[in-house]
Amino acid sequence: MTPDRALLEVNALKKHFPIRGGLLGQVTAKVYAVDGVTFDIRRGETLSLVGESGCGKSTVGKAILRLFKLTDGEVYLDGERIDNMSAHKLRMVRKRVQVVFQDPFSSLNPRMKVRDILAEPLINFGMVHGRKDLTEKVEALMDKVRLPRDAINRFPHEFSGGQRQRIGIARALAPGADLIICDEAVSALDVSVKAQIINLLADLQDELGLALLFISHDLATVEHLTHRVAVMYLGKIVELADRRTLFAESHHPYTRALLSAVPVPDPTAKRQRIILKGDVPSPINPPSGCRFHTRCPFVFDRCRSEEPVLRPVGAGHLSACHLDNVPGGQVLPSAA
Amino acid sequence: MSATTHRYAAAPDLPAILPVPKERGRIAGFIYRHPTIFVGGLLVGLMIFIAIFAPYLGTKDPTALAPARRTREPSELYWFGTDMLGRDVYSRVLYGSRVSLMVGFSVAFCASILGTFIGLIAGFVRQIDAVVMRVMDGLMSIPPILLAIALMALTRASVQNVIIAISIAEFPRVSRLVRGVVLSLREQPYVEAAIASGTKVPVIIWKHILPNTLAPLMVQATFICASAMITEATLSFIGAGTPPIIPSWGNIMAEGRALWQVKPYIVFFPAIFLSITVLAVNLLGDGLRDALDPRLAKRL
Repeated sequence: MTPDRALLEVNALKKHFPIRGGLLGQVTAKVYAVDGVTFDIRRGETLSLVGESGCGKSTVGKAILRLFKLTDGEVYLDGERIDNMSAHKLRMVRKRVQVVFQDPFSSLNPRMKVRDILAEPLINFGMVHGRKDLTEKVEALMDKVRLPRDAINRFPHEFSGGQRQRIGIARALAPGADLIICDEAVSALDVSVKAQIINLLADLQDELGLALLFISHDLATVEHLTHRVAVMYLGKIVELADRRTLFAESHHPYTRALLSAVPVPDPTAKRQRIILKGDVPSPINPPSGCRFHTRCPFVFDRCRSEEPVLRPVGAGHLSACHLDNVPGGQVLPSAA
Repeated sequence: MSATTHRYAAAPDLPAILPVPKERGRIAGFIYRHPTIFVGGLLVGLMIFIAIFAPYLGTKDPTALAPARRTREPSELYWFGTDMLGRDVYSRVLYGSRVSLMVGFSVAFCASILGTFIGLIAGFVRQIDAVVMRVMDGLMSIPPILLAIALMALTRASVQNVIIAISIAEFPRVSRLVRGVVLSLREQPYVEAAIASGTKVPVIIWKHILPNTLAPLMVQATFICASAMITEATLSFIGAGTPPIIPSWGNIMAEGRALWQVKPYIVFFPAIFLSITVLAVNLLGDGLRDALDPRLAKRL
């Protein structure tokens, strides 16, 4: 790692969920939800984690939040290891890493007023002194997410989806976090509202120097706000690059297939769609070798037996494909 | 807008397809939307009124014996007649409502508190969940009446012991319901967000979980109340419940049983009161369920 360390470093993160069965609830199988993921996020940077549903991207977010224990791997925040921290010390770290969830309806307690929802983190982290101070701080948060101040005495069901998502963002901002994990934060919203929320996140990032881990399945959305993109497939990162590189000269066949699926707002545009065959294999029993070999249009023998590692293929550009090792292999035969 | 002067006639006024909603007052609107809550609540309220004001509703001492006037038919003097010891059945039935309502409400309350406590623990502490729930399954596998009879056999007959026995028989149902709700609530994003906001587990249970279990809990409590009233009457009827000196509907029916072919009114009046009360509580529960959460209909 570089001398000035990144804000968040995730090193070989693994999360396997046991499947229990039988009379005594013994472990009969494991879901390899996340199986060795390494990346970092710098201060004020947006890293997007994209992939199909079930590829483990949300699990990565929840693992960083320590909503469950990791199976293996390390997570560092500002050089301090947080994945094995005691519950007591962890509480203070939680102040710095917050989350915005996908569903604006289930992410706010229906029986709490907006004031109480926003007050919760402030009170937990001992950031308020007295009722007046609390009201002022809550109102300041409402200003930050562009919601009217007098809405603090309302219940979540009185707001629209976009407004609720703003409340969720305000809650994440409340403790003064350095990193906000946006777990599909705009996926459930209408297109126009989606744009507003993305702009709000971008504004807040400029204003507060926030780092964002933006988890999404939608490359078109990601393109507008990210600095770097990591593409995940079945619990592993297959390609990681800055936005321009990834969208212009991606290496991995899976990334290319994803990119070719992004709709282009031009009905006359001619483009070559790469349509993948079949479904994502089950993470309970992932394929041997390269996990993508069952669907890859360029599969060859080596892919079935040997797992490709994530290797640099350019400046800040990593890719995990055997074709990268073949001279001239990156220029993929038909997709180029 | 005269259609004759224009080449293109203006669209004729549309008939009122939708009937204009009638203006209703707040109370009338509530009755219209939740008729079961209204009827159930009214009847339960009436029963509570009878129980509280039993001494002022033209009753006599329900335990006063008068062998000379025994087994009188219902008349102006004895509205529901008298039993084989000459006691006034009307007075006994009215006073008997006190036992039924007390047992019903107390059991609903005790079973809810105990069941909620156990359900919350089982739902949150995964290590003990399997053990606790198997014990609950074991308790539930015994028919509530048999369990209550067994428990009553261990103790002295008193209203208090009846309440305890029926509560023990009923609370596993509550704990199972609460555990189920807790298991689904603890995966809710707002609970995860609370954890991420550094909220401690007891506060999460108190502020985020418990308030959201109240709706299904209230519905379940009304059904337990109704079932407890029936269990109490059954226990009294077979002589394993409320001591015979206290007039309860079960006791009155038990005493009238020997004469029911010749003097059916001794059994009839307490039975009709019991039926109406249980029906009222069930109506109230049904109405609450529909009003609070229609999806619950499938879960209970």
